[in-house]
Amino acid sequence: MIRFILRRLAIAIPTLLALIVVSFILMKVAPGNPFTGEKTLPKEVMANIMARYGLDKPEWQQLLDYISNIVLHFDFGPSFKYKDRSVTEIIAQGFPVTFTYGMWTFVVSTVLGVFVGVLAAVRQNSWVDYLSLGITIGAQVVPVYVVAPLLVLIFTLWLGWLPGGGWNGGHWSNVILPVVALSFSLVASVARIMRSSMLEVLGSNYIRTARAKGIPGYKIILRHALRPALLPVVTYLAPMLVYVITGSVIIDMYFSTGGIGSAFVNSALNRDYSTAMGITILYGTLTIAGNLLVDLIYAWIDPKIRL
Amino acid sequence: MTIREGEPLLRVEGLSKSFMVSGGMFRAPRELKALQDISFTVRPNETLGIVGESGCGKSTLGRSILQLLRPELGRVVWLGQDLVATRGEVLRKKRKDVQIIFQDPLASLNPRMTVGEIIAEPLRSLMPELNGAERRAKVAETMKAVHLSPDMVNRYPHEFSGGQAQRIGIARALITGPKLIVCDEPVSALDVSIQAQILNLLAELKERMGLTLIFISHNLSVVRHVSDRIMVLYLGRVVELADGEQLYLHPRHPYTRALLASVPIPDPRRARGRDLKGLSGEIPSPIDQPSGCAFRTRCPYAVAPCAEVRPPLEAVPNHGDVACHRWREIGE
Repeated sequence: MIRFILRRLAIAIPTLLALIVVSFILMKVAPGNPFTGEKTLPKEVMANIMARYGLDKPEWQQLLDYISNIVLHFDFGPSFKYKDRSVTEIIAQGFPVTFTYGMWTFVVSTVLGVFVGVLAAVRQNSWVDYLSLGITIGAQVVPVYVVAPLLVLIFTLWLGWLPGGGWNGGHWSNVILPVVALSFSLVASVARIMRSSMLEVLGSNYIRTARAKGIPGYKIILRHALRPALLPVVTYLAPMLVYVITGSVIIDMYFSTGGIGSAFVNSALNRDYSTAMGITILYGTLTIAGNLLVDLIYAWIDPKIRL
Repeated sequence: MTIREGEPLLRVEGLSKSFMVSGGMFRAPRELKALQDISFTVRPNETLGIVGESGCGKSTLGRSILQLLRPELGRVVWLGQDLVATRGEVLRKKRKDVQIIFQDPLASLNPRMTVGEIIAEPLRSLMPELNGAERRAKVAETMKAVHLSPDMVNRYPHEFSGGQAQRIGIARALITGPKLIVCDEPVSALDVSIQAQILNLLAELKERMGLTLIFISHNLSVVRHVSDRIMVLYLGRVVELADGEQLYLHPRHPYTRALLASVPIPDPRRARGRDLKGLSGEIPSPIDQPSGCAFRTRCPYAVAPCAEVRPPLEAVPNHGDVACHRWREIGE
């Protein structure tokens, strides 16, 4: 177990390094630099700025400096766009916002999805099953950027119940719409995965044994069927994390929640190298950590898997 | 409830069970008649063997007795109470008395529970009055009864062999002290050497605990070895029901004869001299069953009336029951 975690962390380091190198190259390959704007700066001024940010050095030198600063000082450098702010500050400001609605999205989609899926499986071929199946097929194919405007239209413009944007320090009324928009298709996916895996487990021999043992129906579901049926849902948690991360870009732009997604988009548009790279590394780390977590949950659910 | 002298433990009356089989996208689902009008009784402390080819409804019958499958028609009277009419809590409590052992031992155990949890679970659900220590003691006692070491309580099913897994299945069926156990092909998934061990174990437990068994198998030698009485099924119907030795030595129904004639003889010299009149043709589909006697399409004695009237189960003196129009003419 401990060895497994250590080995996974050891693999994570070269993965992150590769991520840094590739995104660094991509940023450099793109034409222009952070300081090219509408009006061209005088040559001397440009040279001055470039020297101040260390951009006059050869590219490999820049890359090495960047990596060593992260490793030695945990310093992601200054933002090239906002002169008085460091990348660390930008992330520290935006991340809690994204983390808050991202976590809620995880909780809402898994809990609701599992609940709907189990219900549909237990009442297979009843109206409950058909209704949930119909709704989930519809919900699964609608992308975030369609759901978000629709939600604002209904709950902000027509009903006037919830604010259509802003964060307001994470007030619940500001959190609901981003979470609902982001969870919409995830609930549907989880419910469908859960339904089919639950049906499979319910048809297995040991569930028949459990019924012969005289165990009440709800206990068969909770004690015997739920855990093995959850395995495919746990597998889906990793792609879900990626979905939440990319979805956060749309959510932050649409709802002006001020999360890390908007900082990411702006940094890319402004060629703010250091900020874009910092956020890329953050997302990469999150993905690696999420996958590790999924493996650990797997081992907990299925004792046959030895780490 | 106490068992009265001469009273059957279980009485099955006119049991019928069918399944709907979808014929494809544009075809109406059709009815597969798995069991038709099955009636028999089980006496206390006997072993009733049930034999038949695959697909004849053996397992469906076993599960219908336990109400794991719900029959459409008929009654399953357990000590005076019709189980088909009971449901919910009342039915659940009956599982203390009537238990079942399944065919595929390993797949029938939850792979995520330890052996101790698996065996103890019926106690939790059916005898909640026991405390943890009593439960553990009972698990250890039952494991010893099926010749499993109680040290193995914390292992998972995949660490066991097929024979050991079936012992776990037996222990789990035994632990609530049932009176009747339905053994649904309990040894057919096991090696021949292990089969004998499990059969001997069942015989030993039956003797010691005063169990009554319904033993379902397609293996005629196994059924003969364990059964007091034997019931032969063909396409979901009873064709013959008689005392074990009587049935083997003097089979009355043509189907029973054909089945017995197909049992391999383990001596090549004797086998060579045998007149091999096996069954010709395939077993008919249970969806499109022959009219009249279901066996007439393969029966060497079939005559015209066999296609018209279904033969009732008739009592044959000094034998048992046979469902054949011509049993008198065919003789022994």
